[in-house]
Amino acid sequence: MKFALFSGCTTPARLKQYESSSRAVLENLGLDLVDIKEFNCCGYPIRNIDFSLSILSAARNLALAEKENLNVIVLCKCGFGMFKKAEHVLRKDSSLRQRINNTLKKEGLEFRGNIKTRHLLYVLYHDVGLEAIKEKVTRPYRDVKIATHYGCHALRPSEIVDFDDPNNPSIFDKLVELTGAESIFWRSRLDCCGAALLGINDDLSIDLAQKKLLDARQSGAHYLCNACPYCHIQLDAVQKMINSERGGNHVLPSILYPQLLGLSLGIDSKTLGLAMNQIDITAIEGFLTSQNFNNPLKVQHFIKRPAILRKE
Amino acid sequence: MHSWRRRATLLFPWILYWNKNKMIYYISLYASLAIFIIGLIYKTSAWFFCKTSIDSKKIPTSKRVLSAINGIILTILSTKILTLAKVFLFDCILQRKVLKEDFFRWLAHVLIYGPFMLLLLMHALGEFVTSAIFPDYYPTINPFMFLRDLFGVLVIIGFSLAIYRRFVLRPPRVKTNPMDWYAIILLAVIIISGIFLEGAKIGSYSIYEQMVADYAGIEEEEEDFKTLTAFWIEEFGTVAPKLEAPSDVKLIESGRRIHETSCADCHSRPQWAFAGYATAATLKGVALTLDRAGIHTFFRYIHFLACFIGLAYLPFSKFFHILTSPLSLLANSVMDRRHSEPANIATRQALETDACMHCGQCTSCCSMGIVFEEVQNVNILPSERIQSFKRVISGKRITEEEVELISDGTYLCTNCHRCTDICPAGINLEDLWFNMRENMLQREYPLFWILSPLSFYRGLMRQSIPQSDYEKPLNRARDAIVAESELMKSRERVLSLESVDREFQSRLLLSNQADTFSACFGCQTCTNVCPVVANYENPQDALGLLPHQIMYVAGLGIKDLTLGSNMLWDCVTCYQCQEHCPQGVEVTEVLYELKNLAVRHLRKAS
Repeated sequence: MKFALFSGCTTPARLKQYESSSRAVLENLGLDLVDIKEFNCCGYPIRNIDFSLSILSAARNLALAEKENLNVIVLCKCGFGMFKKAEHVLRKDSSLRQRINNTLKKEGLEFRGNIKTRHLLYVLYHDVGLEAIKEKVTRPYRDVKIATHYGCHALRPSEIVDFDDPNNPSIFDKLVELTGAESIFWRSRLDCCGAALLGINDDLSIDLAQKKLLDARQSGAHYLCNACPYCHIQLDAVQKMINSERGGNHVLPSILYPQLLGLSLGIDSKTLGLAMNQIDITAIEGFLTSQNFNNPLKVQHFIKRPAILRKE
Repeated sequence: MHSWRRRATLLFPWILYWNKNKMIYYISLYASLAIFIIGLIYKTSAWFFCKTSIDSKKIPTSKRVLSAINGIILTILSTKILTLAKVFLFDCILQRKVLKEDFFRWLAHVLIYGPFMLLLLMHALGEFVTSAIFPDYYPTINPFMFLRDLFGVLVIIGFSLAIYRRFVLRPPRVKTNPMDWYAIILLAVIIISGIFLEGAKIGSYSIYEQMVADYAGIEEEEEDFKTLTAFWIEEFGTVAPKLEAPSDVKLIESGRRIHETSCADCHSRPQWAFAGYATAATLKGVALTLDRAGIHTFFRYIHFLACFIGLAYLPFSKFFHILTSPLSLLANSVMDRRHSEPANIATRQALETDACMHCGQCTSCCSMGIVFEEVQNVNILPSERIQSFKRVISGKRITEEEVELISDGTYLCTNCHRCTDICPAGINLEDLWFNMRENMLQREYPLFWILSPLSFYRGLMRQSIPQSDYEKPLNRARDAIVAESELMKSRERVLSLESVDREFQSRLLLSNQADTFSACFGCQTCTNVCPVVANYENPQDALGLLPHQIMYVAGLGIKDLTLGSNMLWDCVTCYQCQEHCPQGVEVTEVLYELKNLAVRHLRKAS
């Protein structure tokens, strides 16, 4: 399987371990990743001020991948959501599409909408498959509780992103469970991490993050698990900043999903950049076992529970 | 030969037979050298004066000079000297960073700067450099004669590749400014005039005559002179006034003997100077006329003047990067913002603005470059933005309009670090942009881009920004938006129908992301699931109108209330509202559209 890897802006600049661990995991699972140097901003950060500019930005990336006839793996949930939105709008609105294509034509590009945009987790779940990954797990975890953080822009708006059930998603949990770790249920797992407001309204942004962290901790999680650079930075580096500013010595370390999976696949911690996380996660290696993994895939208990979406 | 003449001809090979006008030559040489030195001092001293960041305003120049000296000495005495040596070899000389990105560009640049430097050392500074290494150096003998032309031709090849790349392949959005044109033209004039000068001299009979008079020692013997001339005409491309009938082999043979005894020691066959010889061969038909018109003097003037202008103007031109880019590469290899002295960071940043050679690599890889296709603000492009930064920190007056353009352009940056990674001069552009943004944000202009996730990086970096400086621009942007909406300020609960704007409402309906608001029946589900609303005890105090109210007033067409609510900017875009709306109202998309409209509306108003 061949994909173009869209790592965006934030990941290569401020979360290199996410890119290196994702590459290591995907290559380990037999995927062929192509880098397109010309990729630009996904468009998400400028959407607040200028919608059509953000669509242009997204469309250029999609057109670049389309030129190579490759589907795109996006590491970032916000970037993924933006691409999906752009695809949706450009399919619907032919006059906007024509305008955007006129601009893209200057560089010999055209958006036709013939390729697929996928988030990393979706590719692992649907294109690689749980069984295929499980076969490669050589060092399953034991006794570690993981709180999965889904991320807003992967789940919603569901009719556009088509990622998972928006009210009761499970693919992330299943991906965590195949490593032998336990994916716990926690009430605010589908809530926002607050990263979208960092730099705009810090108090609000940090309030939202703190609520999630508190809930995950109270639900018994050892680690939070993310698959988005914004969410991860918010729940890792910003959590550290919150602790230094607002006081409090409770920390809940965050691990990136490809780091979690990579360790159980036997990839070394340096490639996975374990030491690069702001809050130390190296202790997770203590939960790895060396036995072969034979348990059948557990269907998670929380799937039966109603989704709780509203906080009291 | 007189020793002074030998010295003079060695020092200035191009004036081998040009003694009459030496005065002009000296005056222009020393004048340009003086301007060069003054320029160098002027530019260098600015590195210690310019305030590149808000922090650096507090550091006096004296401290910056002392810190720089201290830093340099400490670095040289530490193991960092090895890093410096490595960077000098790989990055400054071999241009590793350019090679990694683009072989074609690397080839072009190396072909220009390598041979040009060699020409400078071997040919222009022959007296000091070449004759120090080779005591028998003479510009008219091999290998120097051949190498001079080889280097010149290599520069032309590199130059053509660069021109082809920039004007035919045209990397998207890369700009060519007057400084680039100056550099292109000057370099072309120096090299081409040099080749033409050589060509004119090879064909010139008057120069031949003078050469014989000065060096051959056969003035007395008319016959020998004729024989030698026949040989030079036949073999060396000299064009004499009276071309005699086809010379016979014997005459040429005896000419060759005279040549070998009298000339060959100091003059190789001019064919070795292949570019000049080819030029001479091309001009053969008109060589005599040109020679009588003193064409070689003309080319000589041009060649010199171009060199002198290049020297004098160097500190103010793109060529300054020959000195500053290596300095920037070296400084950046041993410094970083966290560990280095703030005084030295400020000095380095000022130096970096001079180290930019406007190559456009940063612009061609810029994550925001595509935006320039629709927003024609050159400050979006890093290679142009740094020029504006130079103006901002030099303390020159900038108009209000420029403040807007520079502020907007500078904020359109995702801090993706690509420009910094790619910069062949090793400039830490991301740090420059950070300082530049903070500088622009402290002005009166309300910058709306700050209310977008582009601020994420600023949020992460806020501990390095003073609290009041951090919040001021955020409040200014929000206040500017609220100030436009009269109704938001009134506490009246009853609104008059005058504020209804049907046109606004119908425009909103036409937009492809906001056309669903009219289906809202006010059930409040959106507000109930909103994590932002849930965060406040009195959400209306903090947020103004709540999501369902915004959908509702949009339906009524009350523009003021729709655009003036804080809720718009505090929306985390988590899409919970939209996902749960029983009526299919795309609440988050409507909020997005309203944010766009609020800003567009204000921009139009101003």
